[in-house]
Amino acid sequence: MTANRLGRRRYRREADLIVIGGGLQGCATALFAVRRGLSVIVLEKDSVGRHASGVNAGGVRRLGRDPAEIGLSDRAMALWRIIAEIVDDDCGFKTLPHVKVAETDAELETLVERAATLRGMGYEHEQVVGRSALRRLLPAVADHCVGGLTSLDGYAIPWTTTAAFRRKAEAEGVLFREGTAVSSVASDGAAWCVTAGGAIFRAARILNCAGAWGGQIAAMVGDHIPIKAIAPMMIVTQRLPPFCDAVVGTVGQPLSFKQMPNGTVLIGGARLGHADAEAGSADLRFDELRRSAKTAIAVFPIMRGATIQRCWSGIEGRTPDRLPVIGRSPRSEGVFHAFGFSAHGFQLGPAVGEIMTELIANGSTQTSIHAFEPARFECVANGPGDH
Amino acid sequence: MTLYDVAIVGAGPAGMAAAIEAAKVGLATTVLDEAAQPGGQIYRGIETACEARLAVLGKAYRDGATLVRAFRGSGVDYRPGTTVWHIEDADPGFVLYASTSGGSVALGARFLVVASGALERPTPMPGWTLPGVMTAGAIQILIKASGALPRDLVLVGSGPLLYLLGAQMVAAGRPPRALVTTVPPSRYLTAARYYTPLSRAAHAYLIKGIGLLSRLALARVPIHSNARGIRILGNDSVTGLRFFSGGRDREIDTNMVALHQGVVPNQQIGRLLRCDYLWHAGQHAFAPEVDRFGETSRVGVFIAGDGAGISGAVSAKLSGRLAAWRIAQHLGRTAPDPGPALAALRRDRAVRPLLETLYAPSPEVLDPSDETIVCRCEEVTAGAVRKTVHDGAVGPNQVKSFLRTGMGPCQGRMCGLAVSRIITVAAGGDPGEIGYFRIRPPLKPLSLNELAELELTDAVE
Repeated sequence: MTANRLGRRRYRREADLIVIGGGLQGCATALFAVRRGLSVIVLEKDSVGRHASGVNAGGVRRLGRDPAEIGLSDRAMALWRIIAEIVDDDCGFKTLPHVKVAETDAELETLVERAATLRGMGYEHEQVVGRSALRRLLPAVADHCVGGLTSLDGYAIPWTTTAAFRRKAEAEGVLFREGTAVSSVASDGAAWCVTAGGAIFRAARILNCAGAWGGQIAAMVGDHIPIKAIAPMMIVTQRLPPFCDAVVGTVGQPLSFKQMPNGTVLIGGARLGHADAEAGSADLRFDELRRSAKTAIAVFPIMRGATIQRCWSGIEGRTPDRLPVIGRSPRSEGVFHAFGFSAHGFQLGPAVGEIMTELIANGSTQTSIHAFEPARFECVANGPGDH
Repeated sequence: MTLYDVAIVGAGPAGMAAAIEAAKVGLATTVLDEAAQPGGQIYRGIETACEARLAVLGKAYRDGATLVRAFRGSGVDYRPGTTVWHIEDADPGFVLYASTSGGSVALGARFLVVASGALERPTPMPGWTLPGVMTAGAIQILIKASGALPRDLVLVGSGPLLYLLGAQMVAAGRPPRALVTTVPPSRYLTAARYYTPLSRAAHAYLIKGIGLLSRLALARVPIHSNARGIRILGNDSVTGLRFFSGGRDREIDTNMVALHQGVVPNQQIGRLLRCDYLWHAGQHAFAPEVDRFGETSRVGVFIAGDGAGISGAVSAKLSGRLAAWRIAQHLGRTAPDPGPALAALRRDRAVRPLLETLYAPSPEVLDPSDETIVCRCEEVTAGAVRKTVHDGAVGPNQVKSFLRTGMGPCQGRMCGLAVSRIITVAAGGDPGEIGYFRIRPPLKPLSLNELAELELTDAVE
């Protein structure tokens, strides 16, 4: 343990860039920024990777993304393929197919249309598979499933990945302050002053990567970005013989399904528990989680015999349009936002790190982030907004 | 969904006593217990024990029959063979999810009495994962459940249960091969300081202890004290035991070893409910912060018996009663004056500092050597935990993220205390602040199909 982390030694409080939030987005930006020659301090209210970055399902997924995210997702995929060169750790990354299973002909039809739409936009990564091709991909799939959509994407271990970015960033000179919650952000005319954990940190530029708490940080600089804390839930089973070598979802039901190399099966999906952002806690709801169990058994009958080992939930921030917030603050010079990934930000992390570094260091980036404009919620500031 | 006034988890002395009193004052009470019969660990199998087995197990065990009869006659809704796998907040009270004969039910309760007792302290030491290594508690379960007893067993460790088991084995005609204790003789002097006028009321415990030891001595069971550097030998299974005692290295050939280093509060339910826990230095374990009646930091959640701190069966009964009476009061019922029970509890617990000092766990078990496996599910060594702390993990939950300790089928029951302790020693600091694993449901493995078929009504009636 370094003396810095224990606070026994004096530590830096001035930097070119202060990153608020030690999740994957914050750690990745810190690493790329320090490589670009910026001095960086990361302020984390809990511990690095404590929330969504550490406890998500780990899908490195392009399949099924909103068309606005595909450019960003493609850029991220190129980085995932060389992740070991970037952080000196393979992060458990493996290339493998993702499959979205259609249980009815009508569902398959929507997948055919989706693939056609993407082809029209110039994207070829999503391919429709019929009944027999589906069974080559997923030999254990239930008889009633008629086909699917697949893309050669991947999987990585979330906590390991976030820890690897942090370790590398720290080794290259980034200062991490954990257990350091930001209480205010104010300008002294020359720089931003961030009060956190009883100290004041100064930097000309700050980046808000505070996830579910990003809306609060944005409000400190006057930006209105509505964000709702949600609690996606996960189940992991005891080991089963290998039967599935893909990450699987379904069209009709929220599901994310993956058998790990050790045989355990991870079942997630969009089923939500109770999130308490203030307390930093996420509670499971078994009335919802039982639906995930049902879906998993319906798609893979072999799961009927599985035993649940553990369930968990974590806090994630969701925007009203379920697209992330990436870009400059609409009203505060030198402030940038990258949060609100709405439960699909893990794969994007490395690309977000590069893009934010380009934005902060050069003032522009070649990847289109127009759809993620932080200002997009300003005009509906008083709207009701189901999140 | 049925809504009870009180749900009691566990049918040992604390749970049974709480149930009997709750029923007396007219509370709608349910008792959920994993075992097929009431009694808990201490009175396990008492309803079916034959006279010969009762003779082996002794008077304290036989005394449990009275309590079990009163519990059976109390008229509470008793659910044997039922495993509680999750408890969540509801309005009012709580919802308990429990698995029973292949199906799960959800029950509502305004108040909870967690009487899930103690666990044997895990005893990580070189060789402890070899087949042929058991715990003293497991051997007692064998005796109570089936009367079976292995031959040539070597008892290793510390704590009253080890002597009790030894004496029971003598009584059964299968004395242990040897008793290897980790208690240094100097401890007797240190412990004597806790022999205060108040603790003299607990004389009975000491007389009992002396009786157990003399029975072992009379049966000529070799006793090695102050054993250090203990290693269990063998490649595929146990072949022997090596240790240092009485000024020299010793080796005993055996194919079966029973380990014991005392018992510790079972934290799983209290931690799941996010009750506040404190480090109990005397017991080298975490215990929940409770008031005189056993109510925790979570309103409506009581912990009674050894789960609130190790005090034994007599205290467990008293604390169960007190919890039930307090709940009756909260619900506007008239309950007996708790004064005498509180005084009796104080008297009974007065012997604890003496016992805790005398039978403090071996330092070798608390802070195991680098090569010793601490997490059996994921096969993680003490050295790996130390390295992770060195690399920046600040608490048990970061260690868990790095190494998967506590993520296996036992959900940290085996490695939790060891991991917290190793971090405390390696990083410096107070164990209370270092904390413990976050406990996730299900508390016990649950079939996916059982979850899928879980029947729920929308709200508590």
